Amino acid sequence: MTQGIMSDPEAPAAVVAADVRRAERTDRIVGRIQRQGALAVLVAVVIIAAIAFPNFRSFDNTATILVAAAPPMLIALGMTFVIITGGIDLSVGSLYVLGGVVSAYASQWGLLPAFLAPLAVCGVIGVANGLLIAYTRMAPFIVTLAALLGARGLMRAISDEGSTTYLVKNSTFRTFGSGSFLGIGYPVWLVAVIVLIGIVMLSRTRFGRAAYAVGGNQDAASLMGVPVRRTQIWVYVISGLLAGLAGGINAAKLGSGVTVLGTGMELDAIAAVVIGGTLLTGGAGTIAGTIAGVLLLGVIQNMINQVGNLNSSYQQVISGAFLAVVVVAQTYLARMRRVT
Amino acid sequence: MTLLEVVDVRKAFPGVRALDDVSFTLRAGQVHALVGENGAGKSTLIKVLTGVYQPDGGEVRYRDEQVTFATPMDAQRAGISTIYQEVNLIPLMSVAHNLFLGREPRNRFGLLDEDRMNREASEILLRYGVTTDVRRQLGTLALGAQQMVALARAVMIDAKVVIMDEPTSSLEPREVETLFGVIRHLHAQGIGIIYVSHRLDELYQICDAVTILRDGKVVHTGTLAGLERIRLVSLMLGRDMAEVRREGATAFSGEMTGDVHAAPVLRVIDLNSRRKLHDISFDVRPGEVVGLGGLLGAGRSETIKAIGGAYPLDGGDVQVDGKDLKRPTTVAAVKAGIAIQPEDRKAEGIVAGLSVRENIALAVLPRMSKLGIVSDSRIDAIVQKYMTRLRIKASSPNQLVGDLSGGNQQKVLLARLLATAPKVLLLDEPTRGIDVGAKAEVQSLIDELASEGLGVVLVSSDAEELIEGADRVVVLRDGVVVGTLTGTEVTTEDLLETIASAAPEKNSPAPEDQYEH
Amino acid sequence: MSTEAVATRPAIDMARIRAWLPAYGVYAAIALLVLYNIAFTPNFLAWSNVRIQLIQVAPIVIVALGMALVIGTEGIDLSVGSVMALAAALIPLYLGYGVVAAIAVSLIAGAAVGVVNGTLVAKVGLQPIVATLALFVGGRGLALVISGGQLKDVRNPDLLFLGSGDLVGLPVLVWTAAALVLIIAFVVRRTVFGRRLLAIGGNRASSELAGLPVRRVLITVYIVCSVLASIAGILAVARIQSSDASAVGLLIELSAITAVVVGGTPLTGGKVRVLGTVAGALLMQLVIATMIKHNLRPSTTEMVQAVIILIAVYVARERKTR
Repeated sequence: MTQGIMSDPEAPAAVVAADVRRAERTDRIVGRIQRQGALAVLVAVVIIAAIAFPNFRSFDNTATILVAAAPPMLIALGMTFVIITGGIDLSVGSLYVLGGVVSAYASQWGLLPAFLAPLAVCGVIGVANGLLIAYTRMAPFIVTLAALLGARGLMRAISDEGSTTYLVKNSTFRTFGSGSFLGIGYPVWLVAVIVLIGIVMLSRTRFGRAAYAVGGNQDAASLMGVPVRRTQIWVYVISGLLAGLAGGINAAKLGSGVTVLGTGMELDAIAAVVIGGTLLTGGAGTIAGTIAGVLLLGVIQNMINQVGNLNSSYQQVISGAFLAVVVVAQTYLARMRRVT
Repeated sequence: MTLLEVVDVRKAFPGVRALDDVSFTLRAGQVHALVGENGAGKSTLIKVLTGVYQPDGGEVRYRDEQVTFATPMDAQRAGISTIYQEVNLIPLMSVAHNLFLGREPRNRFGLLDEDRMNREASEILLRYGVTTDVRRQLGTLALGAQQMVALARAVMIDAKVVIMDEPTSSLEPREVETLFGVIRHLHAQGIGIIYVSHRLDELYQICDAVTILRDGKVVHTGTLAGLERIRLVSLMLGRDMAEVRREGATAFSGEMTGDVHAAPVLRVIDLNSRRKLHDISFDVRPGEVVGLGGLLGAGRSETIKAIGGAYPLDGGDVQVDGKDLKRPTTVAAVKAGIAIQPEDRKAEGIVAGLSVRENIALAVLPRMSKLGIVSDSRIDAIVQKYMTRLRIKASSPNQLVGDLSGGNQQKVLLARLLATAPKVLLLDEPTRGIDVGAKAEVQSLIDELASEGLGVVLVSSDAEELIEGADRVVVLRDGVVVGTLTGTEVTTEDLLETIASAAPEKNSPAPEDQYEH
Repeated sequence: MSTEAVATRPAIDMARIRAWLPAYGVYAAIALLVLYNIAFTPNFLAWSNVRIQLIQVAPIVIVALGMALVIGTEGIDLSVGSVMALAAALIPLYLGYGVVAAIAVSLIAGAAVGVVNGTLVAKVGLQPIVATLALFVGGRGLALVISGGQLKDVRNPDLLFLGSGDLVGLPVLVWTAAALVLIIAFVVRRTVFGRRLLAIGGNRASSELAGLPVRRVLITVYIVCSVLASIAGILAVARIQSSDASAVGLLIELSAITAVVVGGTPLTGGKVRVLGTVAGALLMQLVIATMIKHNLRPSTTEMVQAVIILIAVYVARERKTR
């Protein structure tokens, strides 16, 4: 048996369907729209904004948008990891506020504690989320919902029921929040570095592939030897850490740990991730898309501010409409891909 | 050389002894058939071997050492790989990523080397007859190709033992040949193969040894060549050999029940659906069983679903008793008297979390109610009627359908269809995955319903069932009707000939040519 | 044989407890908590206290009923809080045309939201969590735009009667909630719609093949949920005697989901426990009340709530079948 049927030239034709070429092409095109649709919309919106609002074009305004987008970017980045594994993390809004309060409180001991304390606290809650989801098979949605309540309770407990606002004592930390390098705020640089690390992790490491596999088909992934539980735990830890860090950055920026922000942050993050083309069912998505999604929401917010007397509530209405349009479009694109 | 040895393994679940002192031996280079009815313990045994379950007692010896695998990963690392019934890969990931998941080649920075991975994936898959772009999403490939990817993956990780759980259930004959070629190649390399299948022809073609399980016990183990087919079947079923011989393979009477001159109860006219169905037309008269023949992917299930309003159509007409279906929806179809039994019972048939009672009454609730409020007594009457008639074995009408055996689930599903008093029954693989007793009951029920004047459309990949069950067979290929067998033409030979003659394809070499080395 | 029987008995008992706990655990917990309060909380059984508790729990019960139906179809509705805000924002605008007109407009707005949610879920095929997320984000924004972001006092006596009036010794609010509970329980148990809803939640594909009007049922479910949320919104305005679109119904989706889940309705669909949902809402209310009475701070209450949710879901989670 030197030659099996495997070398039979007829055999491949048997396995591969006839209209493979066309299917491959459609698959590629639709896949590209799915992945880069948000970017295209972002570019379009930016062009419109640049034409409509002279102020929009200024460098300062761009820097403002980026600084404002830094904390949401981190949260959405963590959310991307979680959603790719087919999960969801509703606790990040609370963790963001908690992180801010903890960071402001810890800043009295120096710069490093101001960074590390929120990471530690929110990381531990992320671990708890991950453990519960991975080991008890409870729905991520409900576990992180409980964490949302728990983290909010914890935040209020350490801030006298939300009545105490801790001021950032460390001046270096405050400088980090408000200062800039090459005209762009330090937080933006930090976030840019973290996002790059995130991109490499997701697309170029085994952990990243495992995340996709877990979201794509958890049972199959486990049978293929993917460490499902470890992957699940890690994505919630990452999400928790990033939310905590985002809170810390915000505290540095504002100079205090504000206790009322953050309601609905998790849903904004989910909206940004979904607009960026990541499937909520898991298994597909990119960080590049998430960046586009976050910036898109940021630009819209900025445009509404430019209009001036327009009620800021319009922001929510537009975000909601955007979200609806994008997910509907996503659904039809995914369907096209499946038919071929 | 003994590769894998199972000694007195026991495994119990609440209420069931799934494995009862099971022992068997797999030698290197052996293709070992593992057979038994549903529930005999095959899946449990496989799961014990691959570390999904831990045995309650007994031991598993692998390469002369006692082993316990805590996870499927442990088993895989040791060299035991499994190809599951449904392809168990990640549909949204690329072919190459699926092939290399967990062992992707890395560059010197520890990052994945995509180029190398894609290149190697292409090379490997070429040997399995898969020539597609490996960057494509796996889910967009044909099932056969997906299965080859799964197999390539298993072999790639240096498997010593490959377990195949019904690997051919979704393959076309030619793909089966490719698979067998690969199996022979593995066999020559000294890899031990455990081959689970219900298809006896395949077993005799590819396996050298057999172990038969029944009710969690080994009832026979030995070489396959010396074992007569009829004896194999009787061992599996635990029935008398003479009985099996007398009753034949199916329970169909084989009598023609259709009235040739009656007006058709169902007319299917020029069904068209993008690339799947092309001008499909046929009639079904009252009392007639029309079989839909053809290979997997020929469009049989699609045709059935299209008639039932559950598949998007670009054109075509469905008439029941001469009247057009108003809209191509399931609601309209059911109203017109079309009842459809889908192929996938669990996913599309029963509602596992509801009771037998609720399942049977599901489609006829409006008739069981007044002003939108249901009458329990009316439901009880109809449920009682069908449970008796179909001999549904349940502890009570309130038992959850999910807790019933496959055969009884199928009967509950049929009861739901019959409760709608249909004129046309569309049956897609009505006896797949149910035990032999229930199979016979379902088959004779089909006969009985036809003789009562129902029009029946029967899809079955079991050629005998199709031939003995149908009065007429419409043969499909690539979504086109390529022939109709009537009267004395309804034989296995004619069926295969029609399928084959319609194929302009070159002949693939006969299987014997390849492994007589 | 006899040894086998002995060996299997404990397993069966465990199984029985595990089946019992998600279904009736909530009632047991309520009983325990009530007993505890009778023993340790002064004036717990005083009518004024009971009355306050009932008034506070009523809106949550109303929203949770709709949520239970949606969850029964394997869905979720995040937009209920926004719907409440929308209803609240519309009330003062149309109160000039009379109470009936104002209520009608609010209910129609709620129904419209339900149509959008239901269409996105049933026709477009979006996951419910995403479909309703859009209106969760946009709905409150719309409510704020409508109300101009301002708090408006409401002085219409008819409307205020709904919020603070009494009927046969019980607040109108409580009567309304009780009536809705009975209606929904009846719908789930005795109507074609209710049974179809459960079948669709249990297995959508097979319900479709069985010829059920799946889309219509799903859209109806989301409409019912939104209308119930509107009712809760109207009642909230009536009770606090003002309309504040930024505060009404804030985070009520969490309370409603909690009540449903604690009440033993599985998130996986196919089952709706109406009385369990009421009990779930009552339990959470009792927990909060008990802790407040014992001078525990709201932050502690929140953390305890989190733990209760986790316990409820842990107990009810689907066991891995063989």
